[in-house]
Amino acid sequence: MKIGVVVFPGSNCDHDCEHIFKDVLGQSVEMIWHKESSLAGLDAIVLPGGFSYGDYLRTGAIARFSPVMGLVKEFAKGGGMVLGICNGFQILLEAGLLPGAMLRNKSLHFICKDVSVKVENAATAFTGACQPGQVLKIPIAHADGNYYTDPVTLAAMQANAQIVLRYCTPEGKSTPEANPNGSLDNIAGIINAAGNVLGMMPHPERCAETILGNDDGKLIFLSMLESLKKDKKPLKMVAG
Amino acid sequence: MTKDLIAQHNLTDEEYQKIVGILGREPNITELGMFSVMWSEHCSYKSSRVHLRKLPTTGPRVVQGPGENAGAVDIGDGLCAVFKMESHNHPSFIEPYQGAATGVGGILRDIFTMGARPIALLDALRFGGLDHAKNRHLVKGVVAGIAGYGNCMGVPTVGGEIVFNDIYSQNPLVNVFCLGIAHKDKIFLGTAAGIGNPVIYFGSKTGRDGIHGATMASDSFDDQSEQKRPTVQVGDPFTEKLLLEACLELMAGDLLVGIQDMGAAGLTSSSCEMASRAGNGMDLDLTDVPRREPGMTPYELMLSESQERMLMVAQAGKEDECIRICKKWDLDVAVVGRVTGDGILRVRDQGKVVAEIPAKSLADDGPRYERPYSPPAYQDMLTNLNYDALPDVKDANAALLSLLESPTIASKRWVYEQYDHMVRTNTMIRPGSDAAVVRIKGTNKALAMTVDCNSRYCLLHPYEGARLAVAEAARNLVCSGAEPIGLTDCLNFGNPERPDIMWQFVLAIEGLKDACEHFKVPIVSGNVSFYNETNGLSIYPTPMLGMVGLIESVEHTMTQWFKQDGDVIILLGKTKEDLGGSEYLKVLHHREQGSPPFLSLETEQSLHDFLLKVIREGIVQSAHDCSDGGLAVALVESCISGPAERRGAVVRLSLDALRRDALLFGESQSRVVLSVKPEFADRVLKLAGDAAVPATKIGTVGGDRVVVEVEKGQWSEGCRIDLTVDQLYDRWAFSIERTLNQA
Repeated sequence: MKIGVVVFPGSNCDHDCEHIFKDVLGQSVEMIWHKESSLAGLDAIVLPGGFSYGDYLRTGAIARFSPVMGLVKEFAKGGGMVLGICNGFQILLEAGLLPGAMLRNKSLHFICKDVSVKVENAATAFTGACQPGQVLKIPIAHADGNYYTDPVTLAAMQANAQIVLRYCTPEGKSTPEANPNGSLDNIAGIINAAGNVLGMMPHPERCAETILGNDDGKLIFLSMLESLKKDKKPLKMVAG
Repeated sequence: MTKDLIAQHNLTDEEYQKIVGILGREPNITELGMFSVMWSEHCSYKSSRVHLRKLPTTGPRVVQGPGENAGAVDIGDGLCAVFKMESHNHPSFIEPYQGAATGVGGILRDIFTMGARPIALLDALRFGGLDHAKNRHLVKGVVAGIAGYGNCMGVPTVGGEIVFNDIYSQNPLVNVFCLGIAHKDKIFLGTAAGIGNPVIYFGSKTGRDGIHGATMASDSFDDQSEQKRPTVQVGDPFTEKLLLEACLELMAGDLLVGIQDMGAAGLTSSSCEMASRAGNGMDLDLTDVPRREPGMTPYELMLSESQERMLMVAQAGKEDECIRICKKWDLDVAVVGRVTGDGILRVRDQGKVVAEIPAKSLADDGPRYERPYSPPAYQDMLTNLNYDALPDVKDANAALLSLLESPTIASKRWVYEQYDHMVRTNTMIRPGSDAAVVRIKGTNKALAMTVDCNSRYCLLHPYEGARLAVAEAARNLVCSGAEPIGLTDCLNFGNPERPDIMWQFVLAIEGLKDACEHFKVPIVSGNVSFYNETNGLSIYPTPMLGMVGLIESVEHTMTQWFKQDGDVIILLGKTKEDLGGSEYLKVLHHREQGSPPFLSLETEQSLHDFLLKVIREGIVQSAHDCSDGGLAVALVESCISGPAERRGAVVRLSLDALRRDALLFGESQSRVVLSVKPEFADRVLKLAGDAAVPATKIGTVGGDRVVVEVEKGQWSEGCRIDLTVDQLYDRWAFSIERTLNQA
């Protein structure tokens, strides 16, 4: 597979995402500079974490105007697979590819620590390798991860099983105490209605190797590769 | 030049006469400003240089020693670790957020200027007690500033240390350590070689901030210091991130001759130092220097300490490619001069020459002082302590809980959770163990890092204190499975014009020298911060150390917390009656007195050799150094500091002829708490015997309580610690958070 990792000025998890797909999972990776004018030949796109444009304004508010975002929107509209992690999630919200917005963490502090998240929907292209209800330990590292949306949108997302990951206790209960940032409905990750764009605040790329003491995050990437493989099958038949 | 103007520039009459001698005339105001910053204590090391020469700076691994932007040590595989530590104390007191943030920014630039990608930051902080609102404000501001800058840059803050003592109330310390990885044959230096080569400015625009920052950092504080706020720079980590990526892209091509960041003394220091290192001169034209506002004078342009700026000397003909790369990263860039052969730093503005000074005279020929030194009269009062007048501990449970919630010992979780300590996905050991460990991608190696200094020991005996700091730093690395390979120092002291302060400095250097020579750990970079005093009250001497260790094989990485119930607890080393200067005496008896603990470098070295051997043999489950709070605190930390499960322990100690408090809380050196699987216990004890390292089986891991039985000795009553793990954890884990939230 060929994975594109978008590099905005201020992205800082771009190398980490590249490392996972290339060195850990053996895929080919293309780093996409934010002024790029073509996304041809890519199977999936990752918007990595970081502080795009310094995030001196609202997080992701400037990055959505980057030239590459027009292409990312087209790619997503055509059914292309897009994963936004942390700042990438924030950018997807600002760009309108996912509903809702991010508020400052309830504590007003940047928080970096392991949290537990429950896979609420294991039937997506990003979670297919997980068991339904499986609890993953994944670190968060953000100051603005307090997800918010209006009640109508929230109800629709709940009804469509678009809430893919929820903060929970290690036992899998979504309690207020298990919510690190005040996020609405303990939301840690959501998917669009079409099922090809996922945004998540936790960083799966930081826990996808045993040497770092935890490889729960690898399931997200393996799920993506699995579903890309399925999609690719008909193409192969035509080519053969 | 009026006398007032000369004094305002912090120059003595004698220094001014030396300037007149060099120029053969009176300097103009721009030249006076340039001399004043370059000859400041901060830039010229005029009081310290004669002593710094004594430090060991060479060794088989040293690729770059002191004198460049940072030091570099060979770690094999064609790579080297590039590291340095710097202080940003004065600015952080005046404006904690920006002061700390720009401290991080400055040290990051020092590292990537060398061609290394920064992969780890550590911070050593000193504050006054948290019962004062002002100190709480400083802690919150400094931590937020470090987080704001480091997190945005995407360089993980993987560790550090924080000590609270009221002596730092009017003069907190912010020392930042950074380490990067570079290819050994692609190290870049700050040199302006090649006559005719273009000098290129890139990064942020120049503004009026930070003018005379270096001079401020070379002066004591008084009640008016708040007015120095304009000398503090304002950080822009986003631009620094662009600068980092642009630099590494420039360095990947065959374009550069030399490069240096504009830190203290800005354009003046970068230009004259690069020229002087190459034995050349430089013609600078300020007309094209990017600036934030019109009307800036040459004086302001040459002295501004605006952040996120660099000066590079490119190969002639490669200007356009350099400019293209800078523009790709949206940076300001301009050719501002040429390298010349006449040794003169010549500055023009709008066609007029505004300064003309031999580059070497600014960079290297500043004044040198061999300042007088002698021990202070109060030194004996500090060391003489009548222990018989201090009652031994009665309630060991209560004493232990008080120590665990003392902010110096309590968990720093509230702090490090605000730092991104995992970005770059190398962090194998996160903050909270004896040392931080990061893997080196593309190899099977890892690096361990620690910052250490017990400044109370240094106050009580500067020579012993410095030796103890080296020993503790090395012990922390060894407990993590690493062999110490290099050191950077950040020497924070009071006013060097006072003989008692200079005495502290000279003795500390001797101590550093002796310990580093013994452990064969070279000092490859460093920084001196004098004038850490306010209204005549000096800080404790604080020679902060940042030590780096190499783990040849990542499987040999070790952590401090107990791993499994049933494991055997072994104490390495001997407990003596070392209460002097202990955290116990401070917290329970309100005394900061006595002689610091005894240290034998030979004993320490055999402990390290033994520990590395058993860790590499794979027969150790955990290893934790005994330091602040002694054996009892080390045991509890081994029980409760792990990232996963917390465990209890049952321990039996024999008192022999010691005081109870000395046994439990004394800070005897060269001691480590090990846990090993029962089947390996005998082997570890036998190997310890062979190595002549004292080793005693003292207990077993397990249960939900920490129980320490102290058996009666010759003339003392025994005592007992018996507390639940949850109770201990609650006191230790949330102490700082609770205190900070009170206002």
